[in-house]
Amino acid sequence: MSELTTEGNSVTSSTNVMVPSTHKGDVILSVNDLSVSFKTHDGLVQAVSHLSYEVRRGQTLAIVGESGSGKSVSSLAVMGLLGSDNANVTGEVHFDGKELISSSADTVRQLRGLKMAMIFQDPLSALHPYYSIGKQLVEAVTAHQDVSKEAARARALEMLNRVGIPSAEKRIDDYPHQLSGGMRQRVMIAMALINDPELLIADEPTTALDVTVQAQIIELLRDLQKEFGTAIVIITHDLGVVADVADDVIVMYGGAAAEQGPVREIFYQPEMPYTWGLLASIPKAGDEGQLDPIPGTPPSLIHLPKGCVFAPRCAFRSQVPDNACATTRPDFEITGPNHAARCHLTTEQRKTIRLDRKIGK
Amino acid sequence: MVPYIVRRLVVLVGMLFALSLITYILFYAVPTDPASLSCGVHCTPEAVAANRHRLGLDDPFYIQYWNWVKAIFLGRDFGTGYVAMHCDVPCFGFSWNRQMMVTDVITSVMPVTIYLAIGAFVVWMTVGIFTGILAARYKGSIFDRGVMAITLVGFSLPSFFIGLVILIFFVVRWQIVPYPNYVPPTEDFGKFFMCMLLPWITLAILYAAYYTRLTRSQMLDTMNEDYIRTARAKGLPEKVVIRKHAFRAGLTPIVTSAGLDFAGLLGGAIITEKIFGLTGLGSVAIKAVENLDLSILVAITLLGGVFVVVANLIVDILYAAIDPRVRVK
Repeated sequence: MSELTTEGNSVTSSTNVMVPSTHKGDVILSVNDLSVSFKTHDGLVQAVSHLSYEVRRGQTLAIVGESGSGKSVSSLAVMGLLGSDNANVTGEVHFDGKELISSSADTVRQLRGLKMAMIFQDPLSALHPYYSIGKQLVEAVTAHQDVSKEAARARALEMLNRVGIPSAEKRIDDYPHQLSGGMRQRVMIAMALINDPELLIADEPTTALDVTVQAQIIELLRDLQKEFGTAIVIITHDLGVVADVADDVIVMYGGAAAEQGPVREIFYQPEMPYTWGLLASIPKAGDEGQLDPIPGTPPSLIHLPKGCVFAPRCAFRSQVPDNACATTRPDFEITGPNHAARCHLTTEQRKTIRLDRKIGK
Repeated sequence: MVPYIVRRLVVLVGMLFALSLITYILFYAVPTDPASLSCGVHCTPEAVAANRHRLGLDDPFYIQYWNWVKAIFLGRDFGTGYVAMHCDVPCFGFSWNRQMMVTDVITSVMPVTIYLAIGAFVVWMTVGIFTGILAARYKGSIFDRGVMAITLVGFSLPSFFIGLVILIFFVVRWQIVPYPNYVPPTEDFGKFFMCMLLPWITLAILYAAYYTRLTRSQMLDTMNEDYIRTARAKGLPEKVVIRKHAFRAGLTPIVTSAGLDFAGLLGGAIITEKIFGLTGLGSVAIKAVENLDLSILVAITLLGGVFVVVANLIVDILYAAIDPRVRVK
């Protein structure tokens, strides 16, 4: 069967593995073998390669990775927000009993904002500058529910109060520019949750905010999740946020999953050199030494390395025999009941390296 | 909002004052002698001097300017005795070529210009915005490319060419529409409409091409904004996303251009008026240039300036209505 193995730019589909979650809720979203590519003047950009994951009711899944690792693009593809102009999306997204990639744009549109919602990185540019927040919230209700303006407004007010906007009955007619960054993100969250969706995708919801406000927003998301049982996919590069809220983590690199597992295992028993690098680059209180950045830069998604996508930056590739890291792309391999990683190192080697370097301590 | 408008009004008055002064200086610096022009063929130096005195042209420049400005607000009497004439407020002087008060000349032709401008404006804004939005929505499609090609042609052709082609085909060759013979709308609206139809279209083609392109590029800009993605994430139908979210956000430059273009047309559409034999502000202005009829020229120039300045004020107020961020400043 070796002649069927594709070599070159994209990860072979045989590496597509669905890693079961430790979470016991019902599966709400199931992404299977999702790939996204863009046609550009410079060539085909393989933004997401063969990504698979499941999200369960009440579960928080964190997708972490550097800029350009495909974490945002994969979520926009799930939401049907990529537009069909030059994006080519393949694979399956099962949500609410439907397969979304093959569904009509209008079918997906009717789910957006009702059963699946999304909040974005910069709440100032994500809110329309010309409409009051009340109008924008009301619109989110009336887009899906046949209710009166007054009922929608009452619901908007209720949500603004719920997300902690002080004197909401006065602020409801304010415009986005009259609110602080944290308040704007609260409005975005209110708007996303106003129809009580089953799934919330939060794309770097705290990146544009002050540190103190970040903590409040994360706290708010966690409270709301408890209250409504919403499943959350949080996209971030902040491992502090991940440790705070996530049940499970997908580490993405070069458009594909590099490692996936329960949050405890990702932090205490990471299996992949890129994850080790990420963990080593977290600043710790009381640390006197220098931060340990990962050398090199993320790969170009137009010319992905032939072997392991991370190999050019990996400090441990010499430990793998036959120069396999440069020639063969590692499979996404199950390393534990709920854990998978994409690496040529043997289990023994990883254990030794973790002990040597005090990784995961 | 009110202090904002008051502030704009103060600026407006200052601008109009500067404009009137500059206009007056420019035209009265032209080396002609209205006194001898208005005297006729058999003219004695005494008669010229008498005329000059009667018109107040022997006064120093600043007195002449002051009297002219004063007349606009208070009216004015020219001469004494049996040649005495009273000029009512707003008085812009007396045209010796036409033997009429300038104000009367302008008010008699102004309606034609206003109808021409309004009709063309309605046509080009409707066509331009509608086509522009569609072209942006189906960017890269055959429709979009066709629109871009046609608008480039429409935008490049001079209005005298468009006007003549329309005239030749619709009036002369096919005889769909009679040659324009102006009838006031109060008299016979049907005839008025048929008469104005071709001038409206001629004027509108040029502007519609420009507004199509402007709307399209504005739409393409705003469609990439984050809040458009949010609107889609809410599950709004694409129609609503375009109409309510994208178009509103891209409206400001369109309103700016529309205000100024409309004001410009109110100052007279010289070529279109000429081609279709309409007597509006534009053709009066051309006549005045030919005859060096300074009092009319000054008045029309100033009036054109007033239109632009007032349009600017309206555009500013509309800004505030469109964009809440302007209101709080």
